[in-house]
Amino acid sequence: MNLPLIILLPLLAGTLLAPLAARHGRNSAAWTVAAITAASLALVLAEAPGVIAGKALIVSWEWLPAIGLNLSFRLDGLGLMFALLILGIGLLIILYARYYLSPSDSVGKFYALLMLFMAAMLGIVLSENLLLLVIFWELTSISSFLLIGYWSHSADARRGARMALAVTGGGGLAMFAGFLLIGSIAGSFELSAVLAARDSIHDHPLYTLALGLVLLGVFTKSAQFPFHFWLPEAMAAPTPVSAYLHSATMVKAGVFLLARMYPVLGGSIEFEVVVTSAGLITMVFAAYTAVFKHDLKGLLAYSTISHLGLITFLLGLDSPLSAVAAVFHIINHATFKASLFMAAGIIDHECGTRDMRRLAGLWKYMPHTATLAMVAAASMAGVPLFNGFLSKEMFFAEALELHNLGLLGQIAPVAVTLGGVFSVAYSLRFIHDVFFNGEPRGLDRKPHEPPRYMKVPVEILVVICVAVGMLPGLTVAPLLAVAARDVFGAELPAYDIAIWHGLTMPLLMSVIAIIGGSVMYWLLQHQYRLHMSAPESWTAPQLFHRAYDGAVKLAGRITGFLINGSLQRYLALLVATIALLGLSAFLQHGYSAGELAPTAPAPLAVVVWIVALAAALATVALHRRRFAAVILVGVVGLAACLTFAYFSAPDLALTQLSVEVVTTVLMLLALSLMPQESPAKSLPTHQTRDALLAIGAGAGVAGLTWAVLTRPHESIAWYFLRESIPGGGGSNVVNVILVDFRGFDTFGEIIVLGIAAIGVLLLMDGMRPPPAAGARRGNSLLLSVAARALLPFALLVSVFIFLRGHNLPGGGFIAGLVTAVALVIQCMADGIEATRRRIGTGGAALIGAGVLIAGLTGAASWLFGAPFLTSAHGYPELPLIGKLPLASAVAFDVGVYLTVVGSTLVILSRIGAVRSQAAVTAGGRA
Amino acid sequence: MELLLSSGLGVVTACGVFLLLRGRTFSVVLGLSLLSYAVNLFIFTMGRVTAGAPPVVTEGAAAYTDPLPQALVLTAIVIGFGMTAFFLGLAVRAYGESGSDHVDGTEAADRPEEPR
Repeated sequence: MNLPLIILLPLLAGTLLAPLAARHGRNSAAWTVAAITAASLALVLAEAPGVIAGKALIVSWEWLPAIGLNLSFRLDGLGLMFALLILGIGLLIILYARYYLSPSDSVGKFYALLMLFMAAMLGIVLSENLLLLVIFWELTSISSFLLIGYWSHSADARRGARMALAVTGGGGLAMFAGFLLIGSIAGSFELSAVLAARDSIHDHPLYTLALGLVLLGVFTKSAQFPFHFWLPEAMAAPTPVSAYLHSATMVKAGVFLLARMYPVLGGSIEFEVVVTSAGLITMVFAAYTAVFKHDLKGLLAYSTISHLGLITFLLGLDSPLSAVAAVFHIINHATFKASLFMAAGIIDHECGTRDMRRLAGLWKYMPHTATLAMVAAASMAGVPLFNGFLSKEMFFAEALELHNLGLLGQIAPVAVTLGGVFSVAYSLRFIHDVFFNGEPRGLDRKPHEPPRYMKVPVEILVVICVAVGMLPGLTVAPLLAVAARDVFGAELPAYDIAIWHGLTMPLLMSVIAIIGGSVMYWLLQHQYRLHMSAPESWTAPQLFHRAYDGAVKLAGRITGFLINGSLQRYLALLVATIALLGLSAFLQHGYSAGELAPTAPAPLAVVVWIVALAAALATVALHRRRFAAVILVGVVGLAACLTFAYFSAPDLALTQLSVEVVTTVLMLLALSLMPQESPAKSLPTHQTRDALLAIGAGAGVAGLTWAVLTRPHESIAWYFLRESIPGGGGSNVVNVILVDFRGFDTFGEIIVLGIAAIGVLLLMDGMRPPPAAGARRGNSLLLSVAARALLPFALLVSVFIFLRGHNLPGGGFIAGLVTAVALVIQCMADGIEATRRRIGTGGAALIGAGVLIAGLTGAASWLFGAPFLTSAHGYPELPLIGKLPLASAVAFDVGVYLTVVGSTLVILSRIGAVRSQAAVTAGGRA
Repeated sequence: MELLLSSGLGVVTACGVFLLLRGRTFSVVLGLSLLSYAVNLFIFTMGRVTAGAPPVVTEGAAAYTDPLPQALVLTAIVIGFGMTAFFLGLAVRAYGESGSDHVDGTEAADRPEEPR
C-alpha cells in the first residue's frame, strides 16, 4: 500500500523542502533530500522480500477511468531492481553533488530538480498503467531538460538541454501513440491486461506500427543510433547530473521500457531484427567513436551509448539467458559508469579541465582517486574479476546463438568482438592518458585529492563492482533472477553465473578483445599520434540544429505573414477561412433546396425588404459620409425590428427598437468626437478583394437560409411551451426561458454586458478629447421641458413592462432599455452634465447591484437544497389586489433590469463626459 | 417569403462584411452593426417564421412560433449593444491617443500589403 508514497516523497516533499533547506546551507539541503531518498529506499526495501519471493505488488486507484487512466502501481522484480538503482545511486549522487557544486550554484534548485527527476523515474518503473507511465516518461524529459540546462548562463548547456528535450520528448510522443494503439487492441491500459493480451496484439494488423512507435520512444530515450546524438551534447550538464541521468537512470528508462514491453511485443521476427541490429550498430559505432574523444566526459558519453546498444541487443534476442544478461549488464553498467563519471567530475573539479591532451600523470597527485577509476575502467573494459566481465561474457555467448537471423547471425560474433576491442581501447585510454603518459600540460593549478567525502560514493560503487565481480552468487543473483523472469515473461531455465566456465568461445572472444584493444591503443598512441587527431564531428547535431533553426525561421515567416499588424488582413483571412469552411461543407454534402414549397410574400414584407436592402446598400455606398451612414444603419435596424414584429416575436421587436435608439445616440455621440468623413484611400485591388469576400459571405448566408427554410422544422419548442406555466409560472415563454430555463445563460450575459460597460468606463478614463470635436450648441428649451415631464411617465412604462414581462411581452431586458431610452432623452435635452448631476453617477454601482441580486437569487435556491437558479412560484392572495402571480424569477429579472440600466448609463455618461470636456475646450479656444 | 428573407439576409451580410474590411474604425463599427442584424435575424429564422403566433401561452391558440431562438436572439441583441458600445469607446480612445482613426492606429499602415 506504500507504493505511491515511494514516488510522492521525492515528488512533493523533496521538491518543496529542498529549496527551503538550502537557505540553511548546502549541508542541510543535502541532508534533507538524502533523508527523503533514504525513506523512499526503506519503503522499497520493506517490500523487497515479498517481491523476491515472487509476489508482484499491484495497487490501483481510479483517476480518469473514462479514458483508461488510473493511478495504478506495480512493484515486480524488474521494477524493484530499477527502484533500487534509482534510489541507491541517487543517494550517492546527492552526497557527491554536495561537494561538486560550487558556492555560487543554487543548491536548492539543483536538489529540487534532482528530486523531481527521481520521482519521475520511480514513476516510470512503478507504473502499472501505460498512460500513467507516459506521464512520468514526459516528466523525465522535462526534468532532465531543466537539469541539463542547470547552468543556464552557458549557451552549450541551453543547446544541449533543448536537443535532449526535442529528441526524447518527441520519442515520448511516438511512444504515447504506440501505447494508445496497444491499449485499444488490448482493451485496457493496465499492464496486467496488456500482458495477457499478447497474442491478440501480435496478430493485430497494427502490431508493426505499434511496435515501431514504441521503439521510437525506446531508441530516442536510450540514445540508440541514429538518435544517439543528443547524449554527448547533454554532457554540458553538471557532472552529478551526467552520472545520474546519462549513465544510471534516464537513458536506462529506454531499456527498461524495452524490458517491460518485451513480454508483450517481443518474440516476433520484426522485433528481433530491428532491436538487435539497432543495438549492434550502436554498440560498435559508439565504441569506435569513444576512442577518439579527447574530452573525458565525451569518451564516457559514447561509451554509455555503446553499452546501451549492448543491452538493447540483448533485449532484442528471443532467449531467456539474454534477458538475464541484459538485466545483469544494466546493474553492472550503472555501477561502473556512475563511478567513472564521478571520477571524471573529481578530475575536472581538481584540474580545471577534462581534456585528455592536457591531463596526464595524475597518478602522482591523486593516487586514491586513480585507483578507484582504474578499477571501474577495468570493469568497463570487461577484465576478469570485475562485474563488467561477467555480463560481457554472457553477452558474447548470446551473440554466438543467433542461428535464426541469417546474415545477422553470422556478422554478430565478429561485430561484438570488434566492439569489445574498441571498448578495451577506450578504457585503456581513460586510464593511461589521464593517470600516466607523462606530466600534465598547462594546468593552471596543482592537482590534488578531492575532499574526503566526495570520494565515498565512488568507493561504494567500486566496492560493489568488485564484490559482484567476484561473488555474483552471493550478491545480485536473487534480484537478478526475479527481474529477468519479469523481462522474459516466463520461468527461466537453470543457469550459472560464474567467473570460470572453462575454455569456451566467449572466453576466447574476451581474450581477443583485451589483447586487440591494448594493441589498438598502443598503435594509436604511438603510430598515429592520437592526440593530434581531430575527429570529424558527427553531423547529426549539425543537422538537428539546422532543422531546428529552419523550423524557427519558418515559424517566424508564417507569423510575419499572418500577423503583420494589419487588422484588415486579419479580418479578411478570418472571413475567407469561414467562407471556405462553409463552402467545403456545401461541396462535401452537396447543396440542394428543401422540398417545402415557398410561401407567397406579404405586400408589407416586400416593402420592408426593399427599404432594408436599399438602406444596407446605401450604407456601403455612403459609408464615408458617416452621419448619413449612421442613419441608414438605423433604418436597417428598424427593418429588422419590423421583421421581428411581423413574424410573432414581440419581445424581440421591443428589444430591437429600444436598442436601436440607444445605439444610434451612442454612435452620434462617438461621431462627434471623431472625423465626420472617411478619406478614400483604399486601393482598387483591395476593394475588389473585399467585395468578392463580401459577396461570397452573403451568398453563403443566403444559400444556407434558403436551404433551411425550405425544409421541415423539428424543434424542442414543445417542451418549453408545455412546461412554461407549470414549471416557470409564466405564459410569456421567451421571458420564462430567459429568467428560468436558461437563467444561467442570462446570468452570464448580464455579466458580459456589465464588463463591456466597465470596459468603456476604463477606456474613457483619462481620455483627452481629440481635436476634431466641435463646440457644443445650445440646448433646446422646448425639448428640455418636455423631457422632464416625460421622464416619470417613461419610468412608469418601464415598470409596467417589467411587471407584465413574465406573462406578456416585456421583462427585465426590455424594461431596462426603455428606462435607458428615457435617460437618453434627458441627456439630449439637458446635456449630459446636467443629467449626471440630477441622476448621479451610480451606473457602475447599479451594474454591481444587478449582478449581485441576480446571483443571490440564484444562490438562494441552495438554501432549499436545490441547484443554482432553481425558481419557485406561487399565486399568493393579497387584499385589494387579488391573486398575484409571483415567481422568484422576478427577483432575478430585477437584477437583469438593474444591470441593463447601469450599463447603458455608464456607457453613455462616460463617452458623453469626454464630449462635454471637448466642448469646454473648444469653447475656450473660440 | 422565404426568398425575401434569404436574399435580404445575404445582402445585409455582404454589406456588413464589406464594411468590416474597411480601414477606418467607424466603418468597422457600422459593418459590425449590419452583421449583427444579419446574424440575429439568421438565428431567428432558424426557428422558422410564422406570422401571428407569438409564443405566449394563451387558451385557444392553435400554434406558436419557436420561443428558443427568440430567447437566444433577445440576449444577443443586448450583448450586441454592449459590443458596439465597447468598440465605439475603443475607436474614440484610439483616435484620441494616436490622432488617427485607422484600424491599425497609424496612417502609414494604410497599405497592409507591406509587412511592417
